[in-house]
Amino acid sequence: MKVNLNVKRFDPESDGSTRFQQYDIDMPENSTVLDALIHVREYVDATLALRCSCRSAICGSCAMRVDHRARLACKTKVTDIVSDEGQEITIEPMGNMPVIKDLITDMEVHWSKVRQVVPYLRPTGPPPEREYIVSNEAMLDVAGAVNCIQCGACVSDCPVLEIDKSFIAPAALAKAYRFTGDPRDGTKKERLEMLSNVEGGIWDCTRCNMCVEVCPKDVRPMDRIMQLREQAVAAGVKTNTGVRHGTSFANSVRRLGRLDEMRLFPESVGMFAVPRLLKELPGAFRMLWSKRLMMWTHAIPFAHKPIPGIKHVRRIYDQARSEKKEHSK
Amino acid sequence: MKYAFWPGCVSKGACPELYDSMILTSAKLGIELEEMYDGNCTGAGVISEHEPELADVLNARNFAIAQKMGLDLVNICSTCQGVQSMVQEKLDRDEEHRAKINAQLAEEGLEYKPGLVIKNFMWVLVEDYGLDKLKEKVVRQLDGLRCGPFYGCYILRPSRILGMEEHPERDNYLEQIIEAVGATAVDYEGKDKCCGFPILTNNRKNSLTQAGTHIASAKDQGADCLVTPCPLCHLNLDAQQPSAAEVIQRELGVPIIHLPQLLGLAIGIDPKLLRMNRHVVGTQAVLDKVLATVEA
Ligand code: SF4
Ligand code: SF4
Ligand code: FES
Repeated sequence: MKVNLNVKRFDPESDGSTRFQQYDIDMPENSTVLDALIHVREYVDATLALRCSCRSAICGSCAMRVDHRARLACKTKVTDIVSDEGQEITIEPMGNMPVIKDLITDMEVHWSKVRQVVPYLRPTGPPPEREYIVSNEAMLDVAGAVNCIQCGACVSDCPVLEIDKSFIAPAALAKAYRFTGDPRDGTKKERLEMLSNVEGGIWDCTRCNMCVEVCPKDVRPMDRIMQLREQAVAAGVKTNTGVRHGTSFANSVRRLGRLDEMRLFPESVGMFAVPRLLKELPGAFRMLWSKRLMMWTHAIPFAHKPIPGIKHVRRIYDQARSEKKEHSK
Repeated sequence: MKYAFWPGCVSKGACPELYDSMILTSAKLGIELEEMYDGNCTGAGVISEHEPELADVLNARNFAIAQKMGLDLVNICSTCQGVQSMVQEKLDRDEEHRAKINAQLAEEGLEYKPGLVIKNFMWVLVEDYGLDKLKEKVVRQLDGLRCGPFYGCYILRPSRILGMEEHPERDNYLEQIIEAVGATAVDYEGKDKCCGFPILTNNRKNSLTQAGTHIASAKDQGADCLVTPCPLCHLNLDAQQPSAAEVIQRELGVPIIHLPQLLGLAIGIDPKLLRMNRHVVGTQAVLDKVLATVEA
């Protein structure tokens, strides 16, 4: 079939600008994007730089943006992207990292974050006489995170990292979960405190699902980040606005059956965080005024009317919570 | 066409203009809505983050209410859609889990049976109502209005639970609807990214930088306004826009229009009734363009 590639090129030895180059080639129907790129390099243009090794979605070295999404080129069939023969496929290097040449990025951004989460077990107490023994269940829970092949696709497309270089980013946070979830590690609380309080930690994820979407190994980094948050709350790491936000949200729904988003803000930043609240006041008033919302209903708790079936909602809450308590005993 | 209508919390709280415009627009399109007055908050993903089991029961309760009404469920919020699809996938797949959840609903005489159809209004328009029929209802072609689509994360991702296999164009419906009413869909960087709302309380700077950056990128592509099916995105993009402009140090002033408002304008509803005057970022520039089209 005809395959039309539109590849973003960058040569560090030229003037430093990027350009798109078109390659129109013939490939077998079942080719992957990587097959097509290798064909270009072998037979059309030897200057095209790309990185690959296993060609079977194991080594993680061929991640790049195909059709504006980070993917493994060796795991993506041409026909996954185009429905009509001859339709153009845009190929770019990963985002959020400097480009070395063409489709090859410098992944130091990613590795530095992996180092930041201390990616090895730190057992405490005297070592056992023989090997450490862990239950199957405990390992099953971290197995999903262990599947990560460090391809960097999620790092490339994480929108928070785009605007904040300090964000630890999805892959390294999934890695962190691999250790906080491992019963052999003795520094769980320390880890969770670091991950909660450090700049760019677990509470900075916006839950946008981008990493879940692009990960070729179903690591679901965002879900790991949510598990880390849950662990942090359970471990009593409680100074954080994110934790208060969750509590305030849940309480509002228990009280009314629905969310009272106006109270969410002050409760989340903390009722006594006066400077921060003052900073927000103009924004809050702007909104209340332009929407002509009744200010007093939002100032007085319980002024909102609960839904008719509120007693059932409360029952559901109390049951779920008492079960949770039982469970943690 | 009749649906069990889940308005979500925000349209009944901070975004009353969404609720009003949805009611008026649906009526004029001939889509009947029976509101689920007794429905509860979906938890917006926040409850499931800390108490997943609880979130499942709360959402199953809503599903069962819709089923009791004997209708498909329609929502008007990308976040509601995402949470509902996520919970439904789990309930439909796992019988044991479902039985456990249903046991908690039984006391209220409710039960969830797999297979409820849950659709965001945007999906309903394209898949059930049809763009051709929509075009017939347009009395005010929005020619010349340049709209940037803004989807909201949860109606796009994770795609595996959002019916994208069956409906591969769900990530393009907003553009299709914008074009169907005669306006132009503007392509820009941020259209499928995150508005930043979920971290507004926790990291204001990052949250507003995201909102501001997307608005700016649409503006740079010549958008007159953004159109969104998500009221939570609306909160960050509209109500917070002046603050976002400060954070990214750029002038913005881009009106953010709820999807039903855009339709309402096109099918000839009075902008006042659509509460176009109740936005933080004034919508006059949009109205000027739209009304000029009528006279021309
Ligand atoms: S869910 Fe969180 S970590 Fe994943 S891409 Fe979005 S912001 Fe980044
Ligand atoms: S989590 Fe997934 S996308 Fe991210 S580096 Fe690991 S394998 Fe790649
Ligand atoms: S070449 Fe190894 S993952 Fe693609």
